[in-house]
Amino acid sequence: MSMLKIEGLHVEVEGKAILKGIDLAIAPGEVHAIMGPNGSGKSTLSHVLAGREGYDVTAGTVTLDGEDLLELDPEDRAAKGVFLAFQYPVEIPGVSNVYFLKAAVNAVRRARGQDELDAVAFMKYARQKAETVKLPKDLMKRSVNSGFSGGEKKRNEIFQMAALEPRLAILDETDSGLDIDALRTVSEGVNALRSPERSMLVITHYQRLLDYIVPDRIHVLLDGRIVKSGDKSLAKELEAEGYAELRAGA
Amino acid sequence: MSTQQIDELLEKKYEAGFFTDIEQDIAPPGLTEDTVRLISTKKNEPDWMLEWRLKAFRLWQRMKEPTWAKVSYPPIDYQAISYYAAPKQKPKLESLDEVDPKLLETYAKLGIPLEEQKLLAGVAVDAVFDSVSVATTFKATLKEAGVVFCPISEAVHSHPELVQRYLGSVVPVTDNFFASLNAAVFSDGSFVYIPKGVRCPMELSTYFRINAMNTGQFERTLIIAEEGSYVSYLEGCTAPQRDENQLHAAVVELVAHQDAEIKYSTVQNWYPGDEDGKGGIYNFVTKRGLCEGARSKISWTQVETGSAITWKYPSCVLKGDDSVGEFYSVALSNMRQQADTGTKMIHLGKRTRSTIISKGISAGHGQQTYRGGVTVGRGADGARNYTQCDSLLIGSRCGAHTIPYIDVKNRTAQVEHEATTSRIGEDQLFYCRQRGLSEEDAVSLIVNGFCKEVLGELPMEFAVEAQKLLGISLEGAVG
Repeated sequence: MSMLKIEGLHVEVEGKAILKGIDLAIAPGEVHAIMGPNGSGKSTLSHVLAGREGYDVTAGTVTLDGEDLLELDPEDRAAKGVFLAFQYPVEIPGVSNVYFLKAAVNAVRRARGQDELDAVAFMKYARQKAETVKLPKDLMKRSVNSGFSGGEKKRNEIFQMAALEPRLAILDETDSGLDIDALRTVSEGVNALRSPERSMLVITHYQRLLDYIVPDRIHVLLDGRIVKSGDKSLAKELEAEGYAELRAGA
Repeated sequence: MSTQQIDELLEKKYEAGFFTDIEQDIAPPGLTEDTVRLISTKKNEPDWMLEWRLKAFRLWQRMKEPTWAKVSYPPIDYQAISYYAAPKQKPKLESLDEVDPKLLETYAKLGIPLEEQKLLAGVAVDAVFDSVSVATTFKATLKEAGVVFCPISEAVHSHPELVQRYLGSVVPVTDNFFASLNAAVFSDGSFVYIPKGVRCPMELSTYFRINAMNTGQFERTLIIAEEGSYVSYLEGCTAPQRDENQLHAAVVELVAHQDAEIKYSTVQNWYPGDEDGKGGIYNFVTKRGLCEGARSKISWTQVETGSAITWKYPSCVLKGDDSVGEFYSVALSNMRQQADTGTKMIHLGKRTRSTIISKGISAGHGQQTYRGGVTVGRGADGARNYTQCDSLLIGSRCGAHTIPYIDVKNRTAQVEHEATTSRIGEDQLFYCRQRGLSEEDAVSLIVNGFCKEVLGELPMEFAVEAQKLLGISLEGAVG
């Protein structure tokens, strides 16, 4: 059975059709990648899955573990295990990273019927998670994403992902703005979090991320539709031929 | 009957009309010289105190209510207000079960201990928490240190030389309309005297919260720190305070002598009125500190979340060379609240320094104005000021305004002013919610981050309560 199931999803933004019938099913433990050029609807898909306002779902369904996701507020989706690693992580001045994460982890634990972690237990938990994704210690104390470099922001996203232990992780252009070393570190963090109970949806423009995070399936998104799906070799193919060929064929 | 006789009769009515019943003592509405005399008599005040009040009253009669603040409210009828009420017993309830559950919910959110909740709600307290004995312990500790901390009405009798010397020395009776009114009719307030070289052994706050909940609508506070002394004073309470008196006009005067330091913190949460702004408190406050001696320091920290109208500019007169003035402020206006608040830093002495950090938050239909004055006198060589003034907007119907006045008469002075305005963005909220936080928790988190520098200046216990208070005050502000 699929963990995430998207059927016939149509989405409009201010009356303009962006997604025009997406079908996608991800089984537990699988990593799928969505590739596509700018404006193909990649980020819209990630935002709609996470529940951002401003998108009208005009048709179709999305379920996570059989449960309707579209009905839920963003925070309730988070509690159900949806995690979005942002393309542009947001700065929250004056709020320490570790305080923010404690509030988030405990909100999610509450919603999942687990006990909240006290300050001491949380610090232990956070340190262990930071270790998993190799997050520099000083980032924990600094204000959320404030003055972080591009690489630090993305690493922080993966750290949050580790701490929130999602069922479904959506990585929205996690490679954008990263140099090759940062890309490698971030990818190692992501790979450390792969598990049979966790699905991932990796959204990217470029093939190079998929050298590090190797997906089980790749889908090509073009003008709001998935025009081609295949195994990891599809990425290489795209890299060689570009999207133009597919566009011509579509 | 001549006009004079009619007047006399009318005036007399006050004395006759003054009534006493078992529960309380209230003067009928209206303000004349006789009202002032009555207040002074009721308090058994010496002649000099009465004369001082009368002088203020006569001045006040010729003054006009200021209209320059960016606040609007219907005209106040000063003759419709009662200017004297003896301290009342709050209605005693048997247990917390009888208290409005909504109020209890707020107390719980603020994390106020159960026994303290009872005190605030007017529930009879049990033997475990005997406020009288606690107060006695405090008093003994303070006495040992030589600190005087008592109602100002008591200080008029016990320390007349100090009161006479300092009362009105920082905020003179001529200062402004509301300060003169206060001087004429002030109800009560606190008097603090810290002797030379003494570091006050406790925050003068816990005591205050337990004992002086009801100081009336015209509060007057005087704090004197002698050479080399230190005191931290906390006024107010995070718990929501209701009061049947709509007009509040307090005066606070601080005097810091050489090398002395006064830290004055306020958490103000008066009733802001309903969603249409009806019934909220008008808070017109004059607060000023005088850094009299060299190297003295006065620091104001305020968290203003309540009141329908706030008109308040805690200021520092930096007279002593190398003296330091600080102002840290968080002001929040939600619903129909209006706040015109800021500070004045008046640099007179050499190398005087001042810091102003102001954080204004507007939500709902709230209107928020920062009004700050930095003045550097001719003799203030090497004076420095740094002002940072940040506004945060929540929603699209509120307003934030910044009005800095800068007047520098010395070429060696340095004055810096930084201002920012930001909005809680949809992207910030979505980010927090995606991580599992509710919208309200997200707003509270972002606002607390915004105010961090100021909250950090509050005494620890109050910083925690103030943080929660900001969140509660903004409930329902988004969406």
